[in-house]
Amino acid sequence: MAASRQVIPGFHFTLGITFFYLSLILLLPLAAFLLYASGMGLTKFLEVVIDPRVFHAYEVSFGTSLAAALINGVFGLLLAWVLVRYDFPGKRVLDGLIDLPFALPTAVAGIALTTLYAENGWLGQFFYGLGIPSAFSVFGITIALIFVGIPFVARSVQPVLRDLDPSLEEAAVMFGASPWLTFRRVVFPELVSPLLTGFALAFARGIGEYGSVVFIAGNLPYETEIAPLLIMAKLEQFDYQAAAAIAIVMMAMSFAILLALNGYQRYRSKKQGV
Amino acid sequence: MQQKKGVLAWALILIAVLFLLVMLVLPLVLVASEALAKGWQVYVKAITEPFAVKALALTLEATVLAVISNTLFGLASAFLLTKFAFRGEALLGACIDLPFAISPVVAGLFFVMLFGRMSPIYPFLRAEHIAIVFAVPGIILATVFVTFPFITRELVPVMEAQGRDEEEAAATFGASGWQIFRHVTLPNIKWALLYGVILCTARAMGEFGAVSVVSGHVRGKTNTLPLHIEILYNEYNFTAAFAVASILVILAIVILILRNLVEWRAKRGLKHAD
Amino acid sequence: MKKKKWFAALAGLLVMAGVMAGCGSNTTGDSADGQTFLNVSYDPTRELYQDFNEAFSKKWTADTGEQVNFTQSHGGSGKQARSVREGLEADVVTLALAYDVDEIAATGLIDKDWMQKFPNNSAPYTSTIVFLVRKGNPKNIHDWDDLIRDDVQVVTPNPKTSGGARWNYLGAWAYANQKFNGDTEQIKGFIKKLFQQVVALDSGARGATTSFVQRGQGDVLIAWENEALLSVQEEPDKYEIIVPSLSILAEPSVAVVDEVVDQKGTRKVAEAYINYLYSKEGQEIAAKHFYRPRDEEIAAKYAQQFPKLKLVTIDEAFGGWQKAQKEHFADGGTFDQIYEKK
Repeated sequence: MAASRQVIPGFHFTLGITFFYLSLILLLPLAAFLLYASGMGLTKFLEVVIDPRVFHAYEVSFGTSLAAALINGVFGLLLAWVLVRYDFPGKRVLDGLIDLPFALPTAVAGIALTTLYAENGWLGQFFYGLGIPSAFSVFGITIALIFVGIPFVARSVQPVLRDLDPSLEEAAVMFGASPWLTFRRVVFPELVSPLLTGFALAFARGIGEYGSVVFIAGNLPYETEIAPLLIMAKLEQFDYQAAAAIAIVMMAMSFAILLALNGYQRYRSKKQGV
Repeated sequence: MQQKKGVLAWALILIAVLFLLVMLVLPLVLVASEALAKGWQVYVKAITEPFAVKALALTLEATVLAVISNTLFGLASAFLLTKFAFRGEALLGACIDLPFAISPVVAGLFFVMLFGRMSPIYPFLRAEHIAIVFAVPGIILATVFVTFPFITRELVPVMEAQGRDEEEAAATFGASGWQIFRHVTLPNIKWALLYGVILCTARAMGEFGAVSVVSGHVRGKTNTLPLHIEILYNEYNFTAAFAVASILVILAIVILILRNLVEWRAKRGLKHAD
Repeated sequence: MKKKKWFAALAGLLVMAGVMAGCGSNTTGDSADGQTFLNVSYDPTRELYQDFNEAFSKKWTADTGEQVNFTQSHGGSGKQARSVREGLEADVVTLALAYDVDEIAATGLIDKDWMQKFPNNSAPYTSTIVFLVRKGNPKNIHDWDDLIRDDVQVVTPNPKTSGGARWNYLGAWAYANQKFNGDTEQIKGFIKKLFQQVVALDSGARGATTSFVQRGQGDVLIAWENEALLSVQEEPDKYEIIVPSLSILAEPSVAVVDEVVDQKGTRKVAEAYINYLYSKEGQEIAAKHFYRPRDEEIAAKYAQQFPKLKLVTIDEAFGGWQKAQKEHFADGGTFDQIYEKK
């Protein structure tokens, strides 16, 4: 690493802390896990991960997470925008509420959502009336994942939007650009990076989410079975290795998403830096 | 900068408020209404029960320790990622995000495999009477693991948007790393840092999946508040379960009010300075 | 530069302090107030063991003068077994099925022949699988046959993730086995139809009960007798219990965790603890919490609570848990087969 090129001091110091901490908290446990899993051999690994039922569970997990992350992307941007740019009664309360999905244990969220969206629930009555089974279905899983992911996008976009230099926008408006054009050309490009961050985090979180989903999922094989549930099922049979195999596939996919995101951000900041 | 509010603004506010009401407030209202379903007396009894109080103490202990150590790490790693250019940045960034990609249950397994009975270092730990998993240290480690990306994630977009110019200028004038950090970087990122700390705190309090794997669920000893809620729920004690859950919500709200207070005072201070 | 070092030291210290603080508080906590004793059990036995611990603690102190601090841990049976395997230091385990204890024994923590150490296959109390239906039995459900009717919706937990659900599955299998005289294809057809009627496969027994009771899902819940009795006791005008013509004898297993008690020196109290479960007092406490007692005198006293029905045991009908697990619930077993993609 070319530390000599660094102008700002503290490179080695921060690098040291970061690596020490990462090793202790992340890499060492991860290594222990992979070491244990490596005992199973490639054949067993493949056998477990390409089983059609496991495959279907990946599909459910990824599909619902993607849908939830997209919905959160749209609404998270909207929330951040509204909270930063407008003043209205109750704004502070609203602002504070956004973080609550984190504080609520996922199991409580799952139970509360299932109660709401079940056939006899406050919202379920309405959905079931329309012929949409809102609990024990893919729809229900998506709802749970939206709940869990609300803070990610809003909280990523908010600080950036707040610190955005208003002069550019004002200039654009002065030159007669429409609000929409101003937003699209001036504001939005600045928000792409945090928006992607939030989206990717919500997506990745959704893939691994277990506590809030099991209650509302119904867990029917080939229908509403999610991948984390299969990990639990394998563990219940004391088959740690099979559980690890499924976990590794999910981890690899989520990691790929995050790596792509980070790569893209580096690329962008480099381009801007020049 | 407040814009004049047109129809569009109000429409956006309305949509945002509606979204939050349905997706977020309603489940919380449900928690509250279930918690009070049997009246105040039952509620108070549920939250003052000795096991609930012990669980709360453990949750707070784990949260405080996790937040402190994660804040230090978050500052160091965000500084590293944004103020320096080095090879492997994207990889490091993705590593820091990795806990988001890992199902909390699997994260718990990491620690079980590193410190548990199947680990090669277990005989040594046992001989030294060091209990890590199924004891308090394991719970703290699991909490740290699940929450450590939050602060970095909040800081990186803001620090990136700010670029390196100010720090580089300070460095050319001979400021030390600590001085630069203290006087140049920190003032710029304090809001993002605050957001990060809040998110980290909220998530740490509510963490269920990972902690559940390393806890062992011993009453009064290794039960955190979310685990206590699960136990109550599994005893068909729904009212008590929701009552205890409401403590977490209240705690979260208190923290959020504190944040707003700090923000408000800081802003007032800023105006005076102007 | 000095400041930098100071800061680094502080950072490192704080991280360490976090971990150590926990370590310290934990190791000292154990020795301060006498011996601690941990019973690792499964979910629905919490009230049972709360009462039992109180009774046994009194007796133990009266007999020996020792003060022992009894603690409990509850969760899904399989998960609890896993925790013990992974290092949770339980003195005794009292789990939902023998398979989970076997899996602990496989690691050497418990002697392989644990089942012979105490009477009745080391199962001091039993239960069975019954149906919980809505008051007045609107769907007219009387036996396993009714569960495969097209108009009946069934709620049961997932046998893959819930120990209790495996008893449900085997109960249904035992009935079909009798009905079809052991014709495997027909039995599988029956079970397959049964699971086609299932509306939600919750991950645990309590989740399934909640789906049925709180959410109004389904017409019938396949449940442990003690769980069903509890639901009826709580809300007598909403539910009733239907006892099928044949069911399975559920035998929750208990065992002393040999390696742990030998290291901690708690073997005596652990063995006394389990033996007390077989005593009149212990049996009575079990019966009060809706578990069928083994003791005939106590059983006669509570006969009204526990209707007679034909019960088959896992050993006679399925050749023991190891075999049942392998045939039915392991990957590719009969449970997976009935869910084969159509």
